[in-house]
Amino acid sequence: MVDFAGWSMPVQYSSIVAEHTATRTGVGIFDISHMGRLRFDGPAAADFLDHLVTRSVKDQTPGQIRYALVTNDQGGILDDVLVYHMQDAAGGSYWLLVVNASNREKIVDWILPRLVSAADVRFTDATTDWAMLAVQGPKALDLVQPLVEADLAAMKYYTGAETRVGGERGIAGHGGIVSRTGYTGEDGCELIVGAAAAVSIWQTLVRGGAVPAGLGCRDTLRLEAAMPLYGHELSEAIDPFAAGLDFAVDLEGRSFPGHAALVRAKADAARPKRVGLELAGPRLPREGFGVFAGERQIGRTTSGTFSPTLEKPIAMAYVEREFAAPGTQVAIDIRGRQEPATVVKLPFYRRGRKGNAP
Amino acid sequence: MKPDELLFAKTHEWVHVTSEGGAKVATIGVSAFALEALTDLVYIELPKVGRAVKAGEAFGEIESVKAVSDLYSPVEGEVIAAHDSLLDTLEKLSADPYGEGWLAKIKLTSEHSLKDLMDFKAYQKQCAEEGH
Repeated sequence: MVDFAGWSMPVQYSSIVAEHTATRTGVGIFDISHMGRLRFDGPAAADFLDHLVTRSVKDQTPGQIRYALVTNDQGGILDDVLVYHMQDAAGGSYWLLVVNASNREKIVDWILPRLVSAADVRFTDATTDWAMLAVQGPKALDLVQPLVEADLAAMKYYTGAETRVGGERGIAGHGGIVSRTGYTGEDGCELIVGAAAAVSIWQTLVRGGAVPAGLGCRDTLRLEAAMPLYGHELSEAIDPFAAGLDFAVDLEGRSFPGHAALVRAKADAARPKRVGLELAGPRLPREGFGVFAGERQIGRTTSGTFSPTLEKPIAMAYVEREFAAPGTQVAIDIRGRQEPATVVKLPFYRRGRKGNAP
Repeated sequence: MKPDELLFAKTHEWVHVTSEGGAKVATIGVSAFALEALTDLVYIELPKVGRAVKAGEAFGEIESVKAVSDLYSPVEGEVIAAHDSLLDTLEKLSADPYGEGWLAKIKLTSEHSLKDLMDFKAYQKQCAEEGH
């Protein structure tokens, strides 16, 4: 167990590679209750969030979920978040912001002073009232479907719905949210349920075949899928365009903190680029290793691991633009020795289409 | 070999000392406890034959998906054998850490450092404390 932003969390239950493979081929279950869950109610909630994040959210229909960024006035990334537009049973609308555990306090502190001038928004940090489980893998939806009212197959990727999440043997379920989201590059869903109900739902899913999966394989899975991780690929010193997250920034006709700085950043052709690296040798690149072209350092790794799917070491790095083309030969300094690496196209892994799943 | 026939370093290497033609030779390995903590091994680097090592000197590295760790020589002497084929058969290490998973043999130039090693019982106690 390790301390992660104040939460005690397992790196692995059995083995990172075994849990990784189970998620790619069957079902893995992750306790992601550490993620911050911030709720916004009231008629002005949509407008408030639209002025908070980099992406237009006002046009999100109920049930839609969007990936967006919260940026500071300099355009640096404070956090990457999911914005949920939800509808309750009575037809009322509310919003959720799911934020990184490590940034929750920072984001709450960023939000609170802005609420003073927003009269028609009620804000609740609901993190500890709710637990959150990610059920991921090609067999995830079949496993979860009997436990929830919502028709998972009919739900599109990046949508969510309030639903009852059942206990065992038809015992009346608990109120919760199911969404077709995840951080593994695999199909699957995430469940937000009352904290008191989480253990029995976890146990039911594990009995049904879900393999408990820890932080270690959460990292190898997201890395293969080239999903950025805050504190590694993302920070207040990195702008969204260098991170390759252009899709998460709507600049036209909008205003949010950092807007002007991002207009300038977008025009800057000299910014470094996030790339993937594959290594031929067995030693693993990890965070913060220098990337070299000959004698010259041209970048730095932000994450690295052994890819269980590709069976070789991989890394993500920021490098100077002229070295960012796939096929470029570079070297990574792994504890004093230069190991050859090749720039490759991201992601390292893309799941097969549904019909191809085993 | 059975673990209770071995001596252990704080840094999780094990040592088995035998007499070969008048000289004392230490066979070195890594404990099952350390291998379980690392899991999913991807790489090991062993010292070269002929290298002189001091007790406590880093003489190699062992890496898993989870973490990388230096290997420390638990004794002082000269490396006379290195189990180089392990790199291609890392599964041997986890399957038989006290036998087929040996790392190196060192001809002792001093027996002084053996005093700092623990028996299996004392080592287990250290592991139990680290496990918390």
